[in-house]
Amino acid sequence: MMMTIFQNLSVRRFLSSVAVVAVIAVMTGPAGSTEAPTAGFTGSFSEKSSFFGLFETIRWVPFLFIAVVFFAVWTLWLSRGEQLKGGVSKALAAPRSATQRRPVRWGITLVFLFVAIILPHVISDPFWQAAMVEQIGVYILLAIGLNVVVGFAGLLDLGFVAFYAIGAYTTAWVTGALPTPPLFGIHMDPFFAIPIAILIAMLAGIILGAPTLRLRGDYLAIVTLGFGEIITIFANNLYGITGGSQGTAVIPHFSLHLGPIKYLWGLTPVPYYYLTLVFVVLFLAAFSLLEHSRVGRAWTAIREDEVAAESVGINPLKYKVMAFAIGASTAGFAGVVTASQSNNIFPSSFTLQFSINILVLVIFGGMGSIVGVVLGAIVIQTGSMFLLHSPPAGYQPSDLYIYLGALLMVMMIFRPAGLIPSRRRRREIRLSEAGEGHADEVLTGEQP
Amino acid sequence: MSDKIFDVQNVTLRFGGVVSLNDVSLHQNRGEILAVIGPNGAGKTSLFNSLTGVYQPQEGTITFLGRDAKPISIIGKKAHRVSAAGVARTFQASRMFSALTAFENVKIGAESHRGIGVLGAMLRGPATRRGEKTSDAKTEELLKFVGMTDKANVISASLSYGDRRRLEIARGLATDPQVLLLDEPAAGTNPSEKIQLTELIRKVRNEMGVSILLIEHDMKLVMSLAERLYVLNFGGVIAEGTPDEIRSNPAVIDAYLGSSTVETEERT
Amino acid sequence: MGGFGHYLLSHLDTMRREFWFLFVGGVANGFLYGMVAVGYTLVYGVLRLINFAHSEIFMSGGFAGYFVMKAMIGPTVPSGFATVYLIVIGIVVGGVVGAAIATLVERVAYRPLRRRHAPALAYLISAIGASYFLFNLAGKEFGRYSISVPQPYVNHTVFTIFGAPVQLYYLVILIAGVIMFVGLDRIVAKTKLGRGIRAVAQDAETASLMGVNIDRTIAMTFIVGGALGGAAGFLFGLGTGVVFTMGFTPALKAFTAAVLGGIGNLRGAMIGGLLLGVVESLSVVFVQAAYIDVVAFGILVAVLLIRPTGILGERLGRAA
Ligand SMILES: Nc1ncnc2c1ncn2[C@@H]1O[C@H](COP(=O)(O)OP(=O)(O)O)[C@@H](O)[C@H]1O
Ligand SMILES: [Mg+2]
Repeated sequence: MMMTIFQNLSVRRFLSSVAVVAVIAVMTGPAGSTEAPTAGFTGSFSEKSSFFGLFETIRWVPFLFIAVVFFAVWTLWLSRGEQLKGGVSKALAAPRSATQRRPVRWGITLVFLFVAIILPHVISDPFWQAAMVEQIGVYILLAIGLNVVVGFAGLLDLGFVAFYAIGAYTTAWVTGALPTPPLFGIHMDPFFAIPIAILIAMLAGIILGAPTLRLRGDYLAIVTLGFGEIITIFANNLYGITGGSQGTAVIPHFSLHLGPIKYLWGLTPVPYYYLTLVFVVLFLAAFSLLEHSRVGRAWTAIREDEVAAESVGINPLKYKVMAFAIGASTAGFAGVVTASQSNNIFPSSFTLQFSINILVLVIFGGMGSIVGVVLGAIVIQTGSMFLLHSPPAGYQPSDLYIYLGALLMVMMIFRPAGLIPSRRRRREIRLSEAGEGHADEVLTGEQP
Repeated sequence: MSDKIFDVQNVTLRFGGVVSLNDVSLHQNRGEILAVIGPNGAGKTSLFNSLTGVYQPQEGTITFLGRDAKPISIIGKKAHRVSAAGVARTFQASRMFSALTAFENVKIGAESHRGIGVLGAMLRGPATRRGEKTSDAKTEELLKFVGMTDKANVISASLSYGDRRRLEIARGLATDPQVLLLDEPAAGTNPSEKIQLTELIRKVRNEMGVSILLIEHDMKLVMSLAERLYVLNFGGVIAEGTPDEIRSNPAVIDAYLGSSTVETEERT
Repeated sequence: MGGFGHYLLSHLDTMRREFWFLFVGGVANGFLYGMVAVGYTLVYGVLRLINFAHSEIFMSGGFAGYFVMKAMIGPTVPSGFATVYLIVIGIVVGGVVGAAIATLVERVAYRPLRRRHAPALAYLISAIGASYFLFNLAGKEFGRYSISVPQPYVNHTVFTIFGAPVQLYYLVILIAGVIMFVGLDRIVAKTKLGRGIRAVAQDAETASLMGVNIDRTIAMTFIVGGALGGAAGFLFGLGTGVVFTMGFTPALKAFTAAVLGGIGNLRGAMIGGLLLGVVESLSVVFVQAAYIDVVAFGILVAVLLIRPTGILGERLGRAA
């Protein structure tokens, strides 16, 4: 044991540890400006700070300490012996059958549901109650929608926000909160906006996806990236239709009039929490069934080997467009919830930042894994809300984006299948790494 | 005349300057086990890809006799449409859905021709459930047919070469084809697997009534299985006939059987 | 009908009056798009991937140029020989920093994945992460506001074409662009590095069997593309100012240019850039300024729909 540890000590690895920790120090350090472009970098190491609350010192001291610990852990990790070797064969072990897993799954699901139901009674802080709706519930919805696109169909959508915006603006339109007259000339309840928003977002997805999805996967990524920006340009400039940068007029809350039952969702977050919970559960159920259906298997087949999939009669374009449209309509739906819950919408809230944020939730949780994506969304969104609620010294809200960008890279380098990987995805990645299979290849001009 | 399941007339396929198929005309009768042989690079796989909609030849016609004896033109059709019309195939380097089990591989073939039905899938209505049952039953049956029932839950990437070949055949058969195209099915298999494979191919034709179009380098296997052969060289047909006729055809012996010079000259 | 006819006539009249003025600006922009597009096309050639972090290479060149100009230009605006000297320095520094950031991106976001034979989706996500990380870090370190770059004297008119003034700034872009393109074209056509790039672009496996060092070739591709992107970033910043998000829109347009010309095709990138620059500039006559970016996006979608292989067709190996 000792021998292997010493053998594994390496200068290069130590320097890498220091470099990684230095980058973290800069990421979490003070900001600079064009007047003092180096202030952020130097300040990251020279500012006063406390050594984990023990004593006063300068920033580089705790960070050097972290670097040493990081290096030690890394070295010990490597000394555990080659654990990677088992990777492929472990990935290839026969999967447990669905019937074996079913009771466990139901148990876990019920526990989660129970926790979700009592949660607003445990947490009474209004900040967190609102966050649970606006920043966690809606984001879970968005993440499981994007998961259909990225996780199930293996397509990169970088303009997810566009469909969210379409949903939100459709709600404003249907409820009469836009300068342009509402659909059918009457101000309807946001509930009626749901099918309309889903339909319009889906159509937008099909119109954008159908031509683009014929081509290589990365073209979709860039076209959606552009589309996300274009939607904001339109929202900002079409004053007569969208209200421009001033945003919309007041969008009403959801309300229910079923015979004698009358209920109005108001400003308090808890009723919205339960409404969102219902929506989330419905979407989760639908997408789980979808994953294990014919459609889910067809997506897997296309992801793994498009030529083979086509040879057994699967039309890849049709399935890709469908995944894209399902993702788009989920985002449109989430847009309805947000629009009605927040009462106003502004073009400035539909940014690239938003699309990337949702992508991070999917990637971090594990693309293709519904459980992973939900947990990923909860973890990341809770984390970022925590940073907003009680920021550590020197933290600025926009630093979050730096962390999210770094997280995307780190996940791809170290854990591409995510926190809780989907079994299929993990197998695919392992097989691709072992040179098996044809899952979207790079650097090989493959002939069928 | 009307019993030609494939009728290929004057097909030419080019890739830039390379002519893969040069004015190829051939046909396959319904129910026939037909083989295409020829040295590496002769254009055999290109022919298969043209027959299945993967490649689009620049000239010529390919007519396929579909399910209700309706002639269909293959050229210009996408691969998935060709599959739906009743053409199944395997690949030279077998292409499984490697991260899925053997069962799932076959099931994907079994259910691909039904409509998509997303809403049904999300709600899991009675029709969807019935569909699942039908495909499960069909999959089990086909796995039994190719003798892989015990390997149903094995991830396909960890199957042996011979098993992958058989699984690919089962997956192709799951699409209810009229004709099955096999691209070098015996490559990389051992002698006993070869015998099993020969049996299986015969069984596919005799019991399921599926016509077989076969590319194979193993002469013993080809000669024992095929009822008729075409010989391809440099993208063109140089001979046609029964195994006996081919064996004694001087042009074939010259180009292919007699010496291995051609084979070593050609790029593999 | 009459209304539309009138609309068209009045706009065509504007077009006739403003044509050369818009054309000159469009050509200058087109050269910048082309210089950035080359980076996309080179990386696409060897990796078969779009480098999503290329926009941040452009941005880093812009900031590098800004700091150099700020350090070197005092209270008086330099002119004459000093202008030439400053601009050459700015281009070199922008190019070097662009190449350095490109190398960093290749090392951190791409190489570990290449070692592992990761699937294509992983590369795209990793590059998106790198891009997002870099521009937000720049925002943190250099402020999240737009700032104009101290200029040497470049705004005077050197000569006029049909009455349209050609400012020194445009001339600088034109000359720098031509030199870089011709240089790059020669490099790819004539040198060992160029042969390596073409070989990898055609068939990586065969290239490596024939002794081409794939890692080195890919690294060099990033360096060359990064240098041009960084230099373009400086030239762009000189006219428009710098801000941490400055890479986004020009990079999207440069990508459009690369696709328009035929991705993977160097001359195509150049031609696509010029065409896009001019069309975009002329479209000002017909659409409001706010929608200019929409025009480029429309062109991208139209090209993908009608002719996804672009004007000159794909493939770096063939038509380099
Ligand atoms: N996709 C393609 N692109 C370019 N050339 C191809 C392609 N497919 C086949 N060819 C060429 O066509 C010729 C015939 O190849 P192939 O059909 O694979 O031969 P066989 O299967 O008989 O060994 C070869 O010269 C090959 O290089
Ligand atoms: Mg072949």
